[in-house]
Amino acid sequence: MSDRSQLIETGQPFNFDAQRDAEFERLIKRYPSRESMILPALWLVQEQEGWISAEAMAYVADRIGTFASKVYEVATFYTMYHLQPKGKYHICVCRTLSCYLLGKQEIVDYIIEHLDVRPGEVRADGLYSFEEVECLGHCGSAPVVQINGEFYENMTVEKLEELLATLQ
Amino acid sequence: MQVKVLSAKFDIPDANTLEVAKKHGAYATLDKIFAMQPEEVTEIVKESGLRGRGGAGFPTGLKWTFLPKDTDKPVYLAVNSDESEPATFKDRYILVRDPHLLIEGIIICCYAIRSHAAYIYIRGEYTSQVKVLQAAIDEAYAAGYLGESVAGFDFQLDVTVHRGAGAYICGEETALLESVEGKKGQPRSKPPFPAVEGLYGCPTIINNVQSISSLPFILANGAAAYKAYGTEKSAGTHLFGISGLVKKPGMYELPFGLPILDVLEQVAGGLRDNRTLKGIIPGGSSTPVLTAEEAKTVTLDYESMAAHGTMFGSGGIVVLDDTVDIVKLVENLIHFYHHESCGQCTPCREGLGWMLKIVQKILNYEGTMADIDLLLELCDNIEMKTVCVLSAACTMSTRSYLNKFRSEFEAYIAHSASKHATM
Repeated sequence: MSDRSQLIETGQPFNFDAQRDAEFERLIKRYPSRESMILPALWLVQEQEGWISAEAMAYVADRIGTFASKVYEVATFYTMYHLQPKGKYHICVCRTLSCYLLGKQEIVDYIIEHLDVRPGEVRADGLYSFEEVECLGHCGSAPVVQINGEFYENMTVEKLEELLATLQ
Repeated sequence: MQVKVLSAKFDIPDANTLEVAKKHGAYATLDKIFAMQPEEVTEIVKESGLRGRGGAGFPTGLKWTFLPKDTDKPVYLAVNSDESEPATFKDRYILVRDPHLLIEGIIICCYAIRSHAAYIYIRGEYTSQVKVLQAAIDEAYAAGYLGESVAGFDFQLDVTVHRGAGAYICGEETALLESVEGKKGQPRSKPPFPAVEGLYGCPTIINNVQSISSLPFILANGAAAYKAYGTEKSAGTHLFGISGLVKKPGMYELPFGLPILDVLEQVAGGLRDNRTLKGIIPGGSSTPVLTAEEAKTVTLDYESMAAHGTMFGSGGIVVLDDTVDIVKLVENLIHFYHHESCGQCTPCREGLGWMLKIVQKILNYEGTMADIDLLLELCDNIEMKTVCVLSAACTMSTRSYLNKFRSEFEAYIAHSASKHATM
């Protein structure tokens, strides 16, 4: 278990935009319990903002009609919910079994050294954030890197360099 | 060696779309199943010998019969698409290449168990896969295969995708239910089993994506056609994910019962750089490792794996060659399980952390011979003393490396002893 207890207040009220509002209303009809909407609602927040603030959690709790503590509990338990802003490009490198066997460490070392960002951090200019994550489910095409949700398989340092050049 | 039962449409361009899937037979079983009684559908699945493809291998049809009869509560289906076990990547081929196969399977299952609501629990990491799956579900709704009256029959069914958010433990069936209910994914004590008291306290069946996706073939072709593949106790085919140090890693559909070394050579192309085989992890990272010698007599089925003191698991095979440092590999695995512990049970939350520290101590050349026995003792003290088997997944595999590759741990320790003697 990692420490995910930090919450950040923006000082600004949170609201879903029209698209997320409609999606929230569509989904809530699918569950017999309103609390089932906690995970989907947090995903909607993250899609909209890129991360989940303390105000957004309070909004979700209010919208669902549950205790804010229950939303906090969920948001802090699941590692894919970002509780702080991420870089423009959020890079996840799979560190587990098959990716480990096929050279994920070279990729990790490259990112730390050449992109100047360490695991769990956002680079000062906000361009990159980086995480080493557990199994991404692409073991047959290891090592795998996920950037802003897109998978890049059979990754090498050279391929990552080329890819990053196209992203900037 | 390869067969195309589940994977029949995998190589057809755009088979994820309803139009192409239908051209190749999608939803063709519906007329047949709605002409039957739900019990008849269950009976065919039982006869087929289909076993759960999530890892435990429990007979699928038999599981369905555990639902209480004449319940006045709604019955739910939860499709387990969490597949977070390291080395396991089979279900995502179905989700992306033939999602309508899964949806057709869900309709068959829900009709058989009299359920009108199914939740597909998909792991949060599958960001691109979930979009393809949702698009297929939207198409199925628009075409009337889901919703008020499925394919025009008097049967209502809703299918909802519920995204996880990066917690391996949610692949455990009761943790999955907690997560759908909007909670932390902490497993429940069993009994009560989900078939009696599952989602929202109602009877619930939880099946893996691959199990559900096997149903259209079974219903279309009959139980005997499915049983024609595989062995007596391991019927049918399986999507084997082969990864690690082989020339052609990937996902291959094979019948059960093939010799593992033949598959390694003929399907996965043999070892990279023509190295020597050191060991094989047969069914996902939690399954005890097989030595190269043991692998000579192993076939890919539940019985052979059990006879060799390991498990079929998810069918996610990892091939290790002579370059692999077993102690570092074990550190990588324990790190995974420690990271993914839900924190509910002390032996798992704390114990796996201590195991990790001891292995890291050995890797840092600070270990002693007593540390190997301490690790084995910890395995014994953690295993089966927790609500679920996450910690056992770690201890069973760790024990196998300690017992079968003990000399590698001892080599690190011997090196540390000589290092300290010269200081």
